[in-house]
Amino acid sequence: MNKKDIIICRCEDVTLQQIHDYLDQGYTNFEDLKRLLRVGMGPCQANTCGHLIQREIANYLNVRIEDVPVHKVRPMLLGVPLKSIAEDNDEEC
Amino acid sequence: MKNVNCLIIGAGISGVSIAYNLASKGMKNIHVVDKSYFTSGATGRCGAGVRQQWNTETNCLLAKKSIDFFEHAKEILQYPGNLEFKQEGYLILATSQQEHEQFIKNVDLQNSLDIPSSLLSKEQALAIVPHLNPDSFVSATFCPTDGHLNPFKMTEAYMLAAKRLGVTFSFFEEVKKINRDNHKIVSVETTKELYIVDVVVNAAGGYSAEVGALAGIDIPVYSENHEILATEPVERIQGPMVMSFSKNIYCQQVPHGAFLMGRTTPGQPHNHDVESTWQFLDEMAKTAIHILPLLGELRVVRQWGGSYNMSPDRQPIISATEDLEGFYIACGFSGHGFMFAPMTGLLLSEIILKENPTLPIAGLSLERFKHITDFEVEQSVV
Repeated sequence: MNKKDIIICRCEDVTLQQIHDYLDQGYTNFEDLKRLLRVGMGPCQANTCGHLIQREIANYLNVRIEDVPVHKVRPMLLGVPLKSIAEDNDEEC
Repeated sequence: MKNVNCLIIGAGISGVSIAYNLASKGMKNIHVVDKSYFTSGATGRCGAGVRQQWNTETNCLLAKKSIDFFEHAKEILQYPGNLEFKQEGYLILATSQQEHEQFIKNVDLQNSLDIPSSLLSKEQALAIVPHLNPDSFVSATFCPTDGHLNPFKMTEAYMLAAKRLGVTFSFFEEVKKINRDNHKIVSVETTKELYIVDVVVNAAGGYSAEVGALAGIDIPVYSENHEILATEPVERIQGPMVMSFSKNIYCQQVPHGAFLMGRTTPGQPHNHDVESTWQFLDEMAKTAIHILPLLGELRVVRQWGGSYNMSPDRQPIISATEDLEGFYIACGFSGHGFMFAPMTGLLLSEIILKENPTLPIAGLSLERFKHITDFEVEQSVV
């Protein structure tokens, strides 16, 4: 299958071809790729692409997958509407 | 051991801009080191806004000339990607009569420096951003040439242009020691290499005080965490950045569709923390919904933090050092290093190469803090 047709990050529509192009330019860790391609910045927060890209980086650098740093996990775990946060301000114990 | 003419510490927007400007003026053998990954520091964590509405002349001039550069940056730097530069303005809300009167003075100053800002009535502001809560402000100022720029892409554009001029970069390499011979800089030791140097530039952002200390130079700056969040992307509903100093918020919809918003958490400790807190999320949500009620429907997908490197007068230090020949500083941007970067690079390269500076530089010197105690402090800061 053509690498241009393989979607790695479905939130931001990033293909395997784009990942390989950026690896070739020297951006060989997840944090680099995230900043330039937006992988991991969408609603799923790298839950889908994180491990796929970790594997691509491991193959590219010829290192073990466990030696490739995983992406930084940021809050929220799930998208939460701002109004739910703003309104839910009761002091609960 | 390597000989370099110039070692730049920090590959954030300031470091890459300085590298590009020095190289384009003909300096050879420039190397840039960074302790972590590409745009790992404040540059990659900033709010992506670029504005000219300030209340000190120095900041106005730095911002104005930087925007002039951003308007042509893609062509000048021959960047193949999209810088996502948009000029749809900053709308800054006055929420009290006192703030309104300050803004009249600000606009006068800005207009005198050819910045096309203007004072708007509540009705005029609502015409530009209809989903503003009309009860949350009294008037506003607006500058249509302020806007948004992608910090990652802008940094890459400078970096690639610098590389084409022969500048080299290394990441995940941390400076450990700076050696001097009395009043002259001699060499820099990192985790990977010993550099014999003529010129060292401290563009270490949040860590610039520590890098200064390595060289025995006291820089009166500190870092504090400022948090920010991003929502899911939605169709375009807001052109300008909406900002209020008194309500403590900046909030814009970036070209991608997401809303970015941030605020200052009062009483932050002075340190290098860049983590996220629920307290920020809570306060940010309340402030955003008060001013822009419609945004309550948007889902937050991610929050993060980044360091503001604060100077005593909230204006940058772009300077040589009197006590140490060959050691130069670009830090203390107080949250605005990204938007001033074109001038940071131009002015510091002029200082290093002993050219006539494009703007007066006395107000940017490290020495100003030794001689003056009643600085003109920039107030237009979130």
